[in-house]
Amino acid sequence: MQAPLLELRGINKSFGPVHVLRDVALTVRAGEVTALVGDNGAGKSTLVKCVGGTHQIDSGEVFYEGNPVQVHSPRDAAQLGIEIVYQDLALCDNLDIVQNMFLGRERKRGWVLDEPEMEALATATLAGLSVKTVSSVRQPVSSLSGGQRQIVAISKAVLWNSKLVILDEPTAALGVAQTAQVLELVRQLADNGLAVVLISHNMNDVFAVSDRIAALYLGQMVAQVKTTDITHAQVVELITSGRSEGLAQ
Amino acid sequence: MREWFASVRRGNLGALPAIAGLLVLCTVFTIMRPRFFSAGNFANLFTQGAAVTVIAMGLVFVLLLGEIDLSAGFASGVCAAVLAITLDQQQFPWYASVGIAIATGLVIGLILGFLVAKLNIPSFVVTLAAFLAFQGIVLLIVKDGNIVPVRDEVIVALANKNMPPLLGWIVAGAGVLGYAAIQIVSAVRRRARQATAPSWNVLALRIGALAVLTVTAVYVLNQERSRNALISSLKGVPYVVPLIVVLLIAGTFLLHRTAYGRHLYAVGGNREAARRAGINVDLMRISAFVICSGLAAVGGIIAASRATSVDPNTGGSNVLLYAVGAAVIGGTSLFGGKGRVLDAILGGAVIAVIDNGMGLMGYTSGVKYVVTGTVLLLAASVDALSRKRASTSS
Ligand SMILES: Nc1ncnc2c1ncn2[C@@H]1O[C@H](COP(=O)(O)OP(=O)(O)OP(=O)(O)O)[C@@H](O)[C@H]1O
Ligand SMILES: [Mg+2]
Repeated sequence: MQAPLLELRGINKSFGPVHVLRDVALTVRAGEVTALVGDNGAGKSTLVKCVGGTHQIDSGEVFYEGNPVQVHSPRDAAQLGIEIVYQDLALCDNLDIVQNMFLGRERKRGWVLDEPEMEALATATLAGLSVKTVSSVRQPVSSLSGGQRQIVAISKAVLWNSKLVILDEPTAALGVAQTAQVLELVRQLADNGLAVVLISHNMNDVFAVSDRIAALYLGQMVAQVKTTDITHAQVVELITSGRSEGLAQ
Repeated sequence: MREWFASVRRGNLGALPAIAGLLVLCTVFTIMRPRFFSAGNFANLFTQGAAVTVIAMGLVFVLLLGEIDLSAGFASGVCAAVLAITLDQQQFPWYASVGIAIATGLVIGLILGFLVAKLNIPSFVVTLAAFLAFQGIVLLIVKDGNIVPVRDEVIVALANKNMPPLLGWIVAGAGVLGYAAIQIVSAVRRRARQATAPSWNVLALRIGALAVLTVTAVYVLNQERSRNALISSLKGVPYVVPLIVVLLIAGTFLLHRTAYGRHLYAVGGNREAARRAGINVDLMRISAFVICSGLAAVGGIIAASRATSVDPNTGGSNVLLYAVGAAVIGGTSLFGGKGRVLDAILGGAVIAVIDNGMGLMGYTSGVKYVVTGTVLLLAASVDALSRKRASTSS
């Protein structure tokens, strides 16, 4: 088995008196989808924000590609190759797909934007992810469906040769068909060799695409197991009570 | 072409309402007052509308962010007053005065932008306060009841003198050829990378339309406009026209070809997304106000040139409303994220035509204001409705 891309050990995080993360450990491997599950308020979003540099951890260690690292800002995270797709999409409606994908990191020739280059790269990225639902990369984002937007947001994260993509409830607002499209893309990311962390409340989604499941309960990591070694019912038990009878740890 | 129709149906009307409005207005005024359709009046339209158009160009940058600058009119007045005083009382050379006037505009923008971006005061309030304060500053500089004359030849020439006909043709030819070259080179480059590019037909249509428009305009403006050509000849393209064209090109380049422009649209479209993409949102907001007030200064200089004087009302009365109206009528959204520098020119033309045409028909200022206000409201409704349409069709 290959070494993990990201390893968290003993992460603690408090907001004032509220101890949100308690000695959290998590291992994320390249080429795999790691599902992060837990009840509302368990600390899932807080954990990924710590990894993404939005929040600072109070104590604990972060290893990335085997080396200890410190992530102080989203920029640090981006430099390491960590991209986070937030639940509320970070797309500009008035810009087209290419413009959104390169926002803040435009390709230029001198002072001038290199539109052909950006369009070619965006097209290639979407093709590499087998995305077929968008007809033109020059479509304004305002004309896209919720699922298509989510797909653009995820593809944007891939464009930067990122190694770890974290998705916070990417299918929360989507219908059945669009959920399937997004999950297909999530699987494709891992198959392309990226490490993927997927936060979801939907057990069907989790079992459909994940390789491993990590369960948070009141800020503590109560289990991290292979998806094939656990049942629906056991995951639900972990989420609601923090333990599960008969689960080999 | 089919894509364009689809985009119009989605509520993206672009320049359509302004161009349609211009055609209707010109036809009506020509029928009512044939004098409207004369070379002399055509030239008047340019010099009458120039100051408001340039101020509107600046407002486009602020409107793009979903902000407003109500002080742009009197900011232009302050800068015009600074120009006039330094010329008339300090005897500065014209370039020094122009430099100081524009610097004044930039500083005004810096202060407004700082208050909006860093202190988070709504731009409506900041610029409303500035509107009042700048009105006072103009009064203080000019001294109540006084008029400061502007006699400098270069400044006066800007809005009152014309290019020699031959020079007009040369500049126009160079402009059209330059436009064609840039369009073709960019299309070839895009095609080479298999990127989306306009079809050759669309390209030919665009270049052809610009050529016809330019040749017609220069031809008409090069006609003799003086009633008595023996005493004083009056022909050629007014000097403000190339100035506005240069500002149009520079502004369009900035908005559509640079990362700065892209980020401006992004901040106007979704501020949070822009912030997450690593864009310095505060800096973008401050810079938009700086550009707006800087262009207001240029507008003030044009106004001072045209009036050959500055008085306490320079940049006041209808100037700001006309400028905001010009941007919105041209197609710039009041909700942010949508707008072009060209909008200011199209809308500025509509307003200049209304103002000029109704003046010829002998209507009083009262009627003119009511009509212009109605047109502005109409444009804002088109903006709001097309926005609604865009959000429901997705
Ligand atoms: N900035 C903050 N300041 C104070 N408390 C916070 C902050 N962010 C999160 N919390 C608290 O931390 C706890 C965990 O929140 P978090 O958003 O990580 O939960 P979650 O697992 O993502 O839940 P959900 O499934 O609802 O998204 C909650 O009790 C929340 O109130
Ligand atoms: Mg959450």
